Amino acid sequence: MSESIVVENASKRFTMQYTKTIKQMTIAALRRQPLSDSFLAVDDVSFTVEQGESIGLMGLNGSGKSTLLKLISGVMRPDAGSVLTRGRIAGLIAAGAGFHPQLTGRENLFLNAAILGMSEAETKRKYDQMVDFADVGKFLGTPVGHYSSGMAARLGFAVAAFADSDIFLADEVLAVGDRPFKRKCMRRMEEIKKEGRTLFYVSHAPGSVRKMCDRALVLVNGRLGFDGPVEEGLRFLQYDDSETDSDDDLGADI
Amino acid sequence: MVDPSRVPDVPLTAPGDSGGLHNVFRQRYLLRLLVRKELKARYQGSVLGLLWSYVQPAVRFLAYFLVIGVVLGQQRGVENFAIHIFSAMVMVHYFTETFSSGTRSIVRNKNILQKMSLPREMFPVASMLVSAYHTFPQIVILLVGVVLTGWSPTPYDVAAGLLGFTIIAVFGMALALVFSAANVFFRDFQNIVQTFSIFVMWSVPMIYSYERIENLAGGTVWEQVYLANPIANGVMLFQQLFWVPTVPEGSDLPPVMPDDLMTRGLVVLAVCLVLLALAQVVFTRLEAKFAERL
Repeated sequence: MSESIVVENASKRFTMQYTKTIKQMTIAALRRQPLSDSFLAVDDVSFTVEQGESIGLMGLNGSGKSTLLKLISGVMRPDAGSVLTRGRIAGLIAAGAGFHPQLTGRENLFLNAAILGMSEAETKRKYDQMVDFADVGKFLGTPVGHYSSGMAARLGFAVAAFADSDIFLADEVLAVGDRPFKRKCMRRMEEIKKEGRTLFYVSHAPGSVRKMCDRALVLVNGRLGFDGPVEEGLRFLQYDDSETDSDDDLGADI
Repeated sequence: MVDPSRVPDVPLTAPGDSGGLHNVFRQRYLLRLLVRKELKARYQGSVLGLLWSYVQPAVRFLAYFLVIGVVLGQQRGVENFAIHIFSAMVMVHYFTETFSSGTRSIVRNKNILQKMSLPREMFPVASMLVSAYHTFPQIVILLVGVVLTGWSPTPYDVAAGLLGFTIIAVFGMALALVFSAANVFFRDFQNIVQTFSIFVMWSVPMIYSYERIENLAGGTVWEQVYLANPIANGVMLFQQLFWVPTVPEGSDLPPVMPDDLMTRGLVVLAVCLVLLALAQVVFTRLEAKFAERL
C-alpha cells in the first residue's frame, strides 16, 4: 500500500450565482428563467498517485486545475466520487495564502506553519531555514500588509517549502517571484522531490514541468484528458512546439 | 520506484476532514495563535491597548451606578442595584460578543478558509475565547466593586458563578457555530444576530430584578417560560456569586432568586451541551460547501 493520492470519479459542481435578492428571484420566476445555473468544474476525474511521484498538472485557464488542487488539499470536498490522501499536506495554493496583513512577517510565519500542522517546536527548528529562504531581511518584524507582493509570496513559499509534509502542492508559485527567487524555488522543489515526497505541480511552463515531473495530467474542461509521460502530455496540449523563450526553463506562468 | 521508508504510516483519509470541536481543542497551539491574532487586530494602532477593556466597563459601571441608582432612585427597590445590573451586564456582554463575533468569524477569515485546510470550528471557538478574554477585565472591575460594598461569598455561591459562566459559554458557542455556518450562505444572518442581541439584555434580570417576574408571573407557566432561557439562568447564577453575597443579612430588601437555582442550572447546562452537539452536526453538514460559497 503505497498510494499517496487516490482520486475516484471525483466531480465538483459550481453554481454560477448563489445569492440573489428577493427582487432578482421574483423577476427570474416571472420571466420563467431558471433560478440558478451550474457547471462542472471537475468532471468524473480518476487517478492514483504513488508516494514519491511528481505530477505536473496542466490545462488551459479554467480547465479545473485549481479546483482539483483544492479537492486534494481538503479546502473543498467533491460533490460525487472520492478523494483520499495519505499523510500531511503542505503547499501553496496561492502565494501568501492566509496571511494576516496586520501581523508581522514573523507572526504570520508561525501562524501559517501552525495551520500546516506544525508544532511550536517544529517551527522553531525550521525557523532559520524559512527566514533564510524567504530573504525578507529586516522586514520580518513589519506587518505583512506593507510587504510587496513578491515578498509576501516568498515568505509564503518559504513556510510551505520547509514544513514537514508527505505531499507538496504547488500552484502559481512562480507567478510573482523575480528570476533569482524562481531559480531558488525550483531548486527547493527538486530537493523536495528527492526527499521522496509526492509533488503535485500546476504549471503552464513546459520547461519546468519537463524538469520537475515524471508524469503529466492534463485537464480539458474539467475532465481528465491525458494521463501519462510528460512529453506526450505536452504534445497533447500542443505546448511542445513553443518557441523556446528565455523564461521557459524557469517556469514563467503564462 | 516508491521508497517504502517515505510512505507515511497512516491510512488514506479524506483531506480536510477536521474531526470537529474535539479536534480544535487538540490543536491548542494553533488555537492560541488564532486568538492572539484576533486580539492583536482588535487593538491595532492603539496606545492604551488592552487598558481600554478596563476603562470602558469601569465607565459603564459608574454610569449605571449614578444614573439608575442615584438619579432615578431605582436603588430603593433593589439592594446594591449597581452591582445587580453590572454583574448581569458582564454575562450579557459575554454572550452577545461570543454570538455576534462568532457568527461573523467564518466569513471574516475567508482568505484563510478558501486556501488552507484546518478545522473550521477553530474560528468560532477562537471568537468565544477572545470574548472570554475581554470579560476578564470586567470581572476585575466587578470584584473591586463588590469588595468595596462588602462581599462574603460561600462555596455554594462560587459554584453557582462558575456554572453560570459555563452555561453562557456553551450556549453562546452552540449558537455561534450554527450561525457562523449559516452566515456563509446568507449574510443576512449577521444582521439577524445583531437585532437579536439588542433583545437579550431585556430578557434577563438586569435592569429589573427577578423579584418583579415572580410578583408578576410567579407560579404560572410564564415564569417557567422566562426561566427556560439559558441566558437568564446564567445571569442569575452569576448574580448569586457577585450580587447576593453583597446584600447584608437582615436587609429590608432580601435578594429573591428562584428556589432551585442550582438544580435548574445543571439541567440547563445539560441541555446546552446537547444543543452544542447538535450545532456541531449542523456545522459539519454545512462546512463542505464553505470554500465555494465564501
